[in-house]
Amino acid sequence: MNRSASVLDPAVRARVTDFLVDYAHAIDDDRLEEWPGFFTDDALYHITTRESAEADLPIGIMHCTGRGMLEDRIKALRTANVFEPHTYCHLLGATRLTDRGDGVLEARTNFTVTRTMQDGGGEAFAIGKYLDEIVVDGDAIAIRSRRVILESRRVDVLLVIPL
Amino acid sequence: MALTSSESCGAESGQGPAGLPFDWPAEGVTRVPFQVFSDPEIYKLEQERIFRGPVWHFLCLELDLKETGDYRTSFIGDTPIIVVRDREGAINGMVNRCAHKGALVCHKERGNAKALSCLYHSWTYDLKGQLMGLAFRDGVRGKGGMPGDFSTKDHRLQPIRTAVFAGMVFGTFSDETPDVETFFGSEMCKILKRNFSKPVKLLGYHSQVIHNNWKLYAENVRDAYHATLLHTFYTTFKINRLDMDGGIRITDAAKPWHHLSFAKRATLEAAEEYKTAEVHSAAYENRLSGPELIEAWEEFDDGITHSIQALFPTLTIQFTLNSLAVRWFTPRGVDKTELFWMYLGYEDDSEAEARMRVMQSNLTGAAGLVSLEDGCINEFVQRGTRGSGQSANAFMEMGGKTVESSEGSRATEVAIRGFWTGYREIMGFA
Repeated sequence: MNRSASVLDPAVRARVTDFLVDYAHAIDDDRLEEWPGFFTDDALYHITTRESAEADLPIGIMHCTGRGMLEDRIKALRTANVFEPHTYCHLLGATRLTDRGDGVLEARTNFTVTRTMQDGGGEAFAIGKYLDEIVVDGDAIAIRSRRVILESRRVDVLLVIPL
Repeated sequence: MALTSSESCGAESGQGPAGLPFDWPAEGVTRVPFQVFSDPEIYKLEQERIFRGPVWHFLCLELDLKETGDYRTSFIGDTPIIVVRDREGAINGMVNRCAHKGALVCHKERGNAKALSCLYHSWTYDLKGQLMGLAFRDGVRGKGGMPGDFSTKDHRLQPIRTAVFAGMVFGTFSDETPDVETFFGSEMCKILKRNFSKPVKLLGYHSQVIHNNWKLYAENVRDAYHATLLHTFYTTFKINRLDMDGGIRITDAAKPWHHLSFAKRATLEAAEEYKTAEVHSAAYENRLSGPELIEAWEEFDDGITHSIQALFPTLTIQFTLNSLAVRWFTPRGVDKTELFWMYLGYEDDSEAEARMRVMQSNLTGAAGLVSLEDGCINEFVQRGTRGSGQSANAFMEMGGKTVESSEGSRATEVAIRGFWTGYREIMGFA
């Protein structure tokens, strides 16, 4: 029996899981300008592979520290980067939430993200897990650290929309 | 077979390889027939003449093979390869194909083994690839087994030649491949030695599948013309790179198919206002909300702050600001290529230097702010050239029609013409 999980307030649990679903829907619905707002000002957002995470290698596929870098990613996507238009659909697994007891919740959520190209082709693009540190402060919820661990080290074509 | 010489766009009929009529346009390497990107017969011929030909191919980083028995699997074209460090410390390369039934002997990408053993029937090879033993050689209870004239000495994994240079392991099938330094040329080797002057460590790696012929990516890394046009991240964020002084150096090796594209921060050195500033910092002006992305320091005193070195056929070394990476790509069929990104640092990096290399890794790779476009642009060429028949060619006269180093300008396709000069020669596409 996990003691800390058992004392997590069900109302907090519900709000945090709604928050994580909202994050996915914001990306799926192309409301990417909202994406940095899910993070704290000094947040870490790191996409890497299972192999690299297990080998504790510092470089993955995308690495942002601070909300400014998250905003730059979206600005670049909207105005600088060139790519074939596509959309994502996040399929989230159940979130395992653990209260660390210092105001930080740890969350692990498996995901599959499908990518649909403009010619109608679609496929499972990214499969993996989110390893999160989430700060709950009164009504405010924000991600302090999100490590996106992809099962595969192989990216098809390119990765520009965040996961 | 898809190739004919009936539509040769007015060129004089060239002499193609035996059994493969093929005309290269009379204009030479300023033209490339689109057919070479999609013809399965040409792909097959490349496997023989380039990948099993007199060329050094990147196999892996030496740091993958630190201990006795450390092995890596890799590819030379379609052919699966094992690279392993033996008990004497030598690095051996061999085809990853059991001498018995042809199964892969090593099926993992990396590992450590006392011997190389095929899972299928336990044929077991030493770390030099020589067969040592096999299951049921003498049969079971006196029945079956190998005939009396069977000898393990007669069987081994097919060896290839290997060479280690600048922390990288290369392999070749051909006895005629000159030594590495002759093959790449002294100038190319000088830059390799500069970049690998200290022990390196792996900081990260991933791969990217791009849906185009391998030669389109080989062109892409030699294409200085496209860099600021397709990759507009720097201009969008008004990042003042101060490194306009640069050029293209074509190798001094026999074939002009390797090159170095470089940029210097010479403008910064000359500007009065920078003379009083911290000399070794490289504070790139920009409008980024997270400017630490491009925080950098001057790592070498030759002023080169950006370099891309393309070594024929499928290896590229980048040193972009402080981001050192080996990009190696390998064909996965006529219209598919896997591109591996291996990010490196030096073992003696300070914490701050290591952090800057991590930040700068955002610039390149599958999600790279100045490279992700290459994931799709080559595919656009692959798709655009479908149905082009045998008379449509690429046109490449930017920077002239010759293959000579271009100091001072990167608005040139000279390195691409260099690639095709070597390619035509080795392929026999006169």
